[in-house]
Amino acid sequence: MWRFIGIRLLQAIPVILVVITVTFFLVRMAPGGPFDSEKPVTREVKAALEAQYKLDLPLYQQYFSYLGDLAHGDLGPSFKYSGRSVNELIAAGFPVTAELGLYALLVALGIGCLAGIAAALRPNTPQDYIPMSAAMIGICMPSFLLGPLLVLVFGIYLDWLPVSGWGDIPGDKILPSLTLGSAYAAYIARLSRAGMLEVLNQDYIRTARAKGLPQWQVVLKHSLRGGMIPVVAFLGPAFAGLLAGSFVVETIFQIPGLGRFYVQAAFNRDYTMILGTTVFLSVLIVLFNLLSDILAAWMNPRLRAQYGK
Amino acid sequence: MVTGIPENHIVRAIFEGLAVKNPYTLEPEPGVAESWDISEDGRIVTFHINPEAKWSNGDPMSAHDYVWSWQRLLSPAMGAEYNYMLFPVKNAKAFATGEITDFDQVGVKALDDLTLQVTLNERTPYFIQLMDHYSTFAVHRPTIEKFGKATDRYTPWTRVENIVSNGAFRLKTWALNRRIEVEKSDTYWDRDNVKLNGVVFYPTENVVSEERMFRVGQLHYTNSIPLGKIPLYREMENSPYVQAPYLGTYFFLLNTTRPPLDDVRVRKALSMAVDRETLNKTVLKGSNVPAYSITPPDTLGYYPPQLFGYDVARARELLAEAGYPDGQGWPGLELTYNTSEDHRKIAVALQQMWKDALNIEVTLTNQEWKVYLDSVTQMNFQIARRGWIGDYVDPNNFLDLYLTGGGNNNTGFSDARYDDMILHQAPQAATREERFDIFYRAETLLMEQMPIIPIYTYTSKHLIHPSVNGLPPNLMDSLNLKYVWLDRNWQPEQAGD
Repeated sequence: MWRFIGIRLLQAIPVILVVITVTFFLVRMAPGGPFDSEKPVTREVKAALEAQYKLDLPLYQQYFSYLGDLAHGDLGPSFKYSGRSVNELIAAGFPVTAELGLYALLVALGIGCLAGIAAALRPNTPQDYIPMSAAMIGICMPSFLLGPLLVLVFGIYLDWLPVSGWGDIPGDKILPSLTLGSAYAAYIARLSRAGMLEVLNQDYIRTARAKGLPQWQVVLKHSLRGGMIPVVAFLGPAFAGLLAGSFVVETIFQIPGLGRFYVQAAFNRDYTMILGTTVFLSVLIVLFNLLSDILAAWMNPRLRAQYGK
Repeated sequence: MVTGIPENHIVRAIFEGLAVKNPYTLEPEPGVAESWDISEDGRIVTFHINPEAKWSNGDPMSAHDYVWSWQRLLSPAMGAEYNYMLFPVKNAKAFATGEITDFDQVGVKALDDLTLQVTLNERTPYFIQLMDHYSTFAVHRPTIEKFGKATDRYTPWTRVENIVSNGAFRLKTWALNRRIEVEKSDTYWDRDNVKLNGVVFYPTENVVSEERMFRVGQLHYTNSIPLGKIPLYREMENSPYVQAPYLGTYFFLLNTTRPPLDDVRVRKALSMAVDRETLNKTVLKGSNVPAYSITPPDTLGYYPPQLFGYDVARARELLAEAGYPDGQGWPGLELTYNTSEDHRKIAVALQQMWKDALNIEVTLTNQEWKVYLDSVTQMNFQIARRGWIGDYVDPNNFLDLYLTGGGNNNTGFSDARYDDMILHQAPQAATREERFDIFYRAETLLMEQMPIIPIYTYTSKHLIHPSVNGLPPNLMDSLNLKYVWLDRNWQPEQAGD
């Protein structure tokens, strides 16, 4: 097992290097630079600004100097937020995004698993059709539509919940978590339904039923572990997706998370910030994929045997 | 270093210039300087600093603070985007471009601790106004030097725990992308007249979210309003919607170096075929004022010439003279705008108007902001959307855009007579009437060549909660938080509306 983890971590290094290199040169190729603005600055001013941020060096020198700093964990200064480092901005934004992602994941798991299991227990009945149709709608409905709809209903008509912010007003975390989680809830519902259906048709479940076990024991004790494997395999990519994809929800609800920094950085051509966030997120995605593989192995003895060698 | 309009509100809450603008009249009134004298020839301005003016750590403010801060602003290594604000000062430009390195030659002297003498290149009627622009504010030297060289940008001196400022408020919280809180400063010289205990600023890049926050009562004042919501708010009784003329013009740049726009007749035909009244009423929901020239009307009493109007017949004639009768032989034209729903609507309307009136095809291209900026600077376009917001109330701020080779010209327009009027004749004018007359003639010259198609004069649009007072609309959309107060006794007239 340890060997498996070690190999996976080693494999991650070239992946991340490629991400850095491609991002570094791609952002430089985009027209416009961090110091272009509607009121153009004079040549002298631009040169001075570029000198302050080492942009006057040849590109390959900038690249190696960036890699050198990165090896020390230093992501450099942000170009747009003067006086702030990228490390600091990520440290400010990430906990918020992570918290939002976690709640969204809990929402997704809670709603998704319940709906999926319920559907699997009585396939091809209304108990199956209703949650599965809802899931289909959930998958199709983008968060930039669902978010404002939820705001309209719960924030403005019913006046139950605040419509923006994060941790400022009690209850302001509910709507964003619901919005972000719902699309994943829909996926999870479909995955858990499929997984559970497969398991429920297995011989050992028939045996369990034959020996007269109550329904809840059959479901919780015998089928859940096997039936949830697809869901667990999906968790890693899902959480990574939640983190990287939360910017829409963050913009709708004015949440000061990493996603908003990321999008603003791209618009501002804040080179170091774009790179820093990309590197950070790619490391996270690699880690979460690994984590979900380990979890899946723990749940599935066949895989465990394979890795254990 | 700050360059944006929203940042402006925060900086002006925590810092104060030598002179500030009265939000009702826009006339300068005492800030850090309790008074100032201007010499007979207008070239020497002497500021008398208020002895009560203090930094938020209790240090007294002095004329030396300004000498040092302005040297910092003008230092080439600083790379300050707005350093040109001080270019009316003698030798300031030479110092900023590195021609001279001795700051003593620049026209800024501290005669004593409380007297600052500024020598200008020539009479500059708007110079006092510039003292209310954040780029000319003083910064606290010991604080900045504690964290690095004067010209370093990447230092933590602006952090809440470090910053020392001199405004009516001081920084209390700076939660990135979340909110900025300022609280009333107890060292501010005019603290007895500051009514608010504090202000919270929320960053919103999404006007729709902003409007929702206002609707549920999370905000007292919004920076803007979604266009589509305007009619709704207009119809309300006691509407919180406040709209006022704003010192800015929305227009299209024409690249006069490329055919077919190198022909002034084509440029005029395009401009005349735009029905600005209808555009404003329908697409813009009546939210702006149609414009026929670059300078907004009533800029300090100045009205620009109107040389043309909506005239399809004349436009068709001009186009025929240029060799495209009824659009025949039209080579096609590309209009570039930066990605935004509102810009797109206007571009589509123009495209249709030109099709209907002149029978010519114009294609639309949208570009992401920085790509668009790059295209405009490189003059890599035929028609491009543009807006200009004045930094100070004076026709000069709009007309000097079109000087030959100016950084914001971007049209290829060049006329030696025009340059002479703006650069030499206007500054030497003895009276305001004479000066405005020169501007008027220059602007006539400009619009005869039509290097731009003016569309509308901006308006400022805000939602303001009825309990808020002291936020008068004005041309600069300038808010002075010192004047603002909340009516505690305000009650909604109808509960639960």
